[in-house]
Amino acid sequence: MSKRRVVLTGVGAVTPVGNNVDDFWDAVVNGKTGVARLKAFDPTPFVSQIAAEIKDFDESKFLTSKQIKRLDPFVKYAIAAAKMAAEDAGFDLETLGKERAGVYIGSGIGGLHTVESEHKKYLEASDESRAASRMSPFLIPMLIVNMASGLVSIELGFRGPNSSVVTACATGSHSIGDAFRLIQRGDADVMAAGGTEAAITKMGFGGFCALKALSTRNDAPEKASRPFDRERDGFIMGEGAAVCMLEELEHAKKRGARIYCEMAGYGMSGDAYHMTAPDPSGDGAMRCMRYALDDAGLNTEDIDYINAHGTSTLLNDKVETSSIKSVFGDYAYKVAVSSTKGVTGHLLGATGAAEIIACAKAITEKVIPPTINYEVPDPDCDLDYTPNEARQKDVRAAISNSLGFGGHNVTLVVKRYNG
Amino acid sequence: MSEISEKVKGIVAEQLGVKAEEVKEDAKFIDDLGADSLDTVELVMALEEEFGAEIPDEDAEKMTTVGEAVKYIEEKAAK
Repeated sequence: MSKRRVVLTGVGAVTPVGNNVDDFWDAVVNGKTGVARLKAFDPTPFVSQIAAEIKDFDESKFLTSKQIKRLDPFVKYAIAAAKMAAEDAGFDLETLGKERAGVYIGSGIGGLHTVESEHKKYLEASDESRAASRMSPFLIPMLIVNMASGLVSIELGFRGPNSSVVTACATGSHSIGDAFRLIQRGDADVMAAGGTEAAITKMGFGGFCALKALSTRNDAPEKASRPFDRERDGFIMGEGAAVCMLEELEHAKKRGARIYCEMAGYGMSGDAYHMTAPDPSGDGAMRCMRYALDDAGLNTEDIDYINAHGTSTLLNDKVETSSIKSVFGDYAYKVAVSSTKGVTGHLLGATGAAEIIACAKAITEKVIPPTINYEVPDPDCDLDYTPNEARQKDVRAAISNSLGFGGHNVTLVVKRYNG
Repeated sequence: MSEISEKVKGIVAEQLGVKAEEVKEDAKFIDDLGADSLDTVELVMALEEEFGAEIPDEDAEKMTTVGEAVKYIEEKAAK
């Protein structure tokens, strides 16, 4: 039996460079960075003092006043992105078969804002018994990672498969890949899939600082996220959510849906190497790219764009480059590569979902978004990273890599929908 | 309106995210003000906090309207 085909029919996003997909794409293509000095709290005590934060997010467009008061930001962003994606897909929520529509929205970390504010209240209570009786009934429901999927399902009424992935920076990509499989297998006809993150809190930020993972280019935040550049010195913590509406092809055709692109392949692997460092051999990254291409039934030469994980850390960009070369051979030097994290910062659990939206737009708009802040070539990173300027190009198919702490590797393949 | 009544209504509006004018004496927390079971737990905690009173679960369960909550707190305060 042939596999059911899956297409992308709706996108929604809340990002540091725009609170909808149009603004996000405009910033990504035109290289308008979202990185600045951190504003959520005074970053002076931290070694890194810069981040890509959400700006001017109008919660009241998507949430009731009670939700605004209660929900953790990671859930708020997910609801907003999912509602925009559902609207973009043009679903009639009255007639949609909602038992066949599911939600897979993960988060790398979950409700860190809630954990911190409630723990502060606990510690500030006058005595232990008072602290114990003052725990908010909303503490647990607001912090658990799966609540983004849970609440999106309530908002949209989607009663099909409902779960959430937690694989650090690979979360959004795993979510979309797993949702793609569910529709292929026939478990659902529609899936709202993606990732969300809101971990720019003192503890979340301090934790990444302690890992020495973040850029400390505090005097020039707009230049700090510089994937593949020789002077890169770490990633920039970002936040936000991105959600894709995946749909079984016949289901989409029947309702006359606009189709961005076809979901073509999904590959996964594990490094089995180190908690946070990538395997220097690149074995895991290579295998997930190969598996994804095989799954899509495409050759390396069929790919016109690689949206790299490209975090702007010393190790990731070097290992990812060598992995791309191993998989693509000589063609690695011909294919357009870029990392949109130069503009967006690293959205952690949301990043893979935002980047598959960038790939979908690259296909529909025939534009390769650039890698910004690319100034000093690195001998270890010698591919065509589409430096600084977007490029017009007919994109037949694109891949997006996501490589997460824990050694979780994902590659997704999307291709132009040709009927 | 008594001071207690005013304070209770303020807390209800804040906790349940409703407009002050909706918080009438006969308004039911669940049916009229959209509270769910978790909201009512937190609402009772907020009242305990404000008035420095212990509200046992069996008493809390009997408070279904704004007026009943005001009356309960007023009686507690009078003791």
